[in-house]
Amino acid sequence: MNRQISRISVVALLLLASLIVGTTYWQSWAAGGLAARQDNAIQRVAEFKIKRGLIYASDGHTVLAANKKVVKAGQTFYFRRYPTGGLASQVVGYSTQGRSRAGVERQENGYLTASNANLGTIIDKLTDQLRGATVTGNNLVLTIHANAQKLAESALAGACGAAVVLNPQTGAVDVMASSPGFNPNKIESASGYASILHSPSACPGSSSALLNRATQGLYAPGSTFKTVTAAAALDAGIFTPESRFFDPGYCIEYGQKVYNSGNPDQNGPEQYGNVNLLEGYQHSINAVFCNVGKRIGARRILDKAKDFGFYSTPPLELPANERAPSGLYNFKKHSLIDDASQVDPGRLAFGQERMLVTPLQMALVAAGVADGGKVMTPHLLKEVRSPGGSLVARTHPSVWKRAMKPKTAAELNQMMQAVVTGGTGMQAQIPGIKVAGKTGTAETGLSHVYTAWFIFFAPAENPQVAGAVVLEHQLNGFGGSVAAPIAKELMQAILPNPSKQ
Amino acid sequence: MLTALGFASVYIARQSVVNWGSLGYALFFFALYIAAHVVARFAVPNADPYLLPMAALLTAVGVTEIYRLGPSDAFKQGWWIVIGVVLFAGALLRLRRDYRVLEQYKYLFGIGAIVLLYLPRLPVIGSSVNGARLWVHAGPLRFQPGELAKIFLIVFLAGYLREKREVLAQARLKDLGPLLVIWGGCMLVLVATNDLGSGLLYFGIFLAMLYVATARLSFVLAGIGLFAAGGFVAYEKIAHVHERVTIWLQPWTTHRVYCPQTGGLALRQDCQSYQLVKSLYSIGNGGFGGAGLGKGTFTTADGHALIPYVNTDFIYSALAQELGLVGAAALLLMFMLFVARGMKVALRADDGFSKLLAAGLTFGFALQTFIIVGGVLRLIPLTGITLPFVSYGGSSVVANFLVLAGLLLVSNRANAQT
Repeated sequence: MNRQISRISVVALLLLASLIVGTTYWQSWAAGGLAARQDNAIQRVAEFKIKRGLIYASDGHTVLAANKKVVKAGQTFYFRRYPTGGLASQVVGYSTQGRSRAGVERQENGYLTASNANLGTIIDKLTDQLRGATVTGNNLVLTIHANAQKLAESALAGACGAAVVLNPQTGAVDVMASSPGFNPNKIESASGYASILHSPSACPGSSSALLNRATQGLYAPGSTFKTVTAAAALDAGIFTPESRFFDPGYCIEYGQKVYNSGNPDQNGPEQYGNVNLLEGYQHSINAVFCNVGKRIGARRILDKAKDFGFYSTPPLELPANERAPSGLYNFKKHSLIDDASQVDPGRLAFGQERMLVTPLQMALVAAGVADGGKVMTPHLLKEVRSPGGSLVARTHPSVWKRAMKPKTAAELNQMMQAVVTGGTGMQAQIPGIKVAGKTGTAETGLSHVYTAWFIFFAPAENPQVAGAVVLEHQLNGFGGSVAAPIAKELMQAILPNPSKQ
Repeated sequence: MLTALGFASVYIARQSVVNWGSLGYALFFFALYIAAHVVARFAVPNADPYLLPMAALLTAVGVTEIYRLGPSDAFKQGWWIVIGVVLFAGALLRLRRDYRVLEQYKYLFGIGAIVLLYLPRLPVIGSSVNGARLWVHAGPLRFQPGELAKIFLIVFLAGYLREKREVLAQARLKDLGPLLVIWGGCMLVLVATNDLGSGLLYFGIFLAMLYVATARLSFVLAGIGLFAAGGFVAYEKIAHVHERVTIWLQPWTTHRVYCPQTGGLALRQDCQSYQLVKSLYSIGNGGFGGAGLGKGTFTTADGHALIPYVNTDFIYSALAQELGLVGAAALLLMFMLFVARGMKVALRADDGFSKLLAAGLTFGFALQTFIIVGGVLRLIPLTGITLPFVSYGGSSVVANFLVLAGLLLVSNRANAQT
């Protein structure tokens, strides 16, 4: 019988050995995947035992997210507290037990919980664990300019809309405001969450304060899109800023007249008659761009839009589902259309058709022009510091897209300056600083209710800021009249005051 | 032996690091272990010296984790351990001269096994927990007779197979009769009580012992074939079985599926496979080094349990989270050592009954460990049975101490003769 006993011993021991293999699998190879699962409540609760890293604004001392120590049932938890009560609420996001996480809190959870694969962090964490001390996460310093952000939020307050300002030379995002905002301290409680969801707001339809309009809000770009069309026309060498046009007050599309009078963005007379491309851009004349579009074709315009980053999800330290790509959308299928044959080139050229853009993307269009044709990778994370203060990581500027030739960018720079000096964007003028911009006023389907846009950069000769401001549901409010003044305030808040120099 | 003893006591004492108030526990269990040791030295002086310390160590790990998960359960578990040790001592003292008298009562054990398995089906004293009718009430105590039935069945099989092994090897149908009747009875009761884990366990023990007795691999293959066929039919016909297999194959779904518990639609990980998935999260959270004893996450900040049945079926998930891969592997190695020693006892024994008894008890011990830990690791479909010596549960503790007593008796006799 001994032979049989030996054999079943081997079987029994192999069965038990397979358990060690199984445990090894789940605790090493599969552990990361398990931790990343949304329904992993153990991971979620366990992470509240970690003293989460703080989140600072770019000044390094305005605390956007801090911790509140709570001892419950013999366990110590660190819950989140947001001292500013909602500054850059959609950017910072939240970290709660009940609603999980959003924003930077979600995207940079690795740094904040010290579970990123950085050697120094791993050693720190291991020492903490061995000492039995609380694991402390790394602190984040965002690029957000606290004062300008505050200003943007108060300027947008009461309306629905967004403002994005970034440094065109580095891609660092100074302002990312989305109105309405919310108080992240309220997210955890059911009643607080309900009050955020059902807060009355100025924008019917999509009133959610949780939505980051700057990166997720999809708007008709209106005449701001003429910047992309102009870039396509100039880059292709088919037009120059001096190219002549005759504006009879309309443009003929598929045998039908499309009148300039339908364009609330245009200033001056209804029929401009003889103008050049620069003037057509300066006064936002649809007929001029309609003809440009028909001449260069939809394919070129869409390809140029891609050069600016349309049709791809912009890189940023926010969760992928909080960033939307811009482009032509099929409303029914909620999908992007990339077939030029399905598109009316004339209407596309002046920003109609089914083109939908995010404020971030339009800010990147302005930034591309400002930085000589290069679109820098936008980023919100300035640096990561260990709890002790030493540098863990820093974002280095990098080029995301090359949108156009430097020559084209220089010409567009002049055209955008003309908009502010004597065109539709004169309300963005700042004494002592050359401002460049482009207005947009998109129809909403409701009469006299518009989506008002302004994209901009300054100082034009050495741009430090570039951005986009959008306001939804503006009754008789145009890009030049409601969005440009906010842009002006933001530029002034960030740029050094020229009179003091 | 002294090393093992010292390690065991140190390990028990570790819970005092978690909480000084539990030092009493540590002393108490240490005293209990010494008592068991003294009895063993007296009753079975020639027995294998490693089995008792290893069992004590596993029990200590178990009671430590149970204490950490819920001190009141550890108190109850403590009493069950006392009862287990008393029965262990009683069995050693009563049977120390010659345990082989048990062989004469083999049919009694066989029938006893069936009666024990049938007890929970009776009205009044029987009760069902989690859809399986496995419990017997006697006043404030609840008892799972299935655990004892396992031992009875092994004793019966050892006796019967020893007597009939030669004729059985010729595979004459009439000799297989009583064997199949007793075994079939057990299986029927198991199907009726929905206790699939135990069913698999008994079947495995049966096949292993049959193989040891007859050396006929064809019996094992036929058994496995029968089991596969039976399993397939059960999968097709019995909703409960079908559900277990589905959970095993696809614990996560990306879209919502029918949830029998609520009658609505839900992601499977939020419904049927909730337990398995939470257990895997617990294991995964442990990582290589573990969260540390007492530092694992088992409840929300509000004290709601995150892992159901964490101190019985899922105690391994809890241990794996707190001790990590290092601790979990050490624990499994301890199980392997116990099995290796148990099989050695079977090898050294010089009569068929002793060999079959020791091999059956040890194989059952190994298979039971595999079924529950393999279940929580998603190696096999999850069926709820206890982890020997470690899980919370009175019947399990008592039964495992009796298994230990059996192994010590066999090894004492074998060693005394050489």
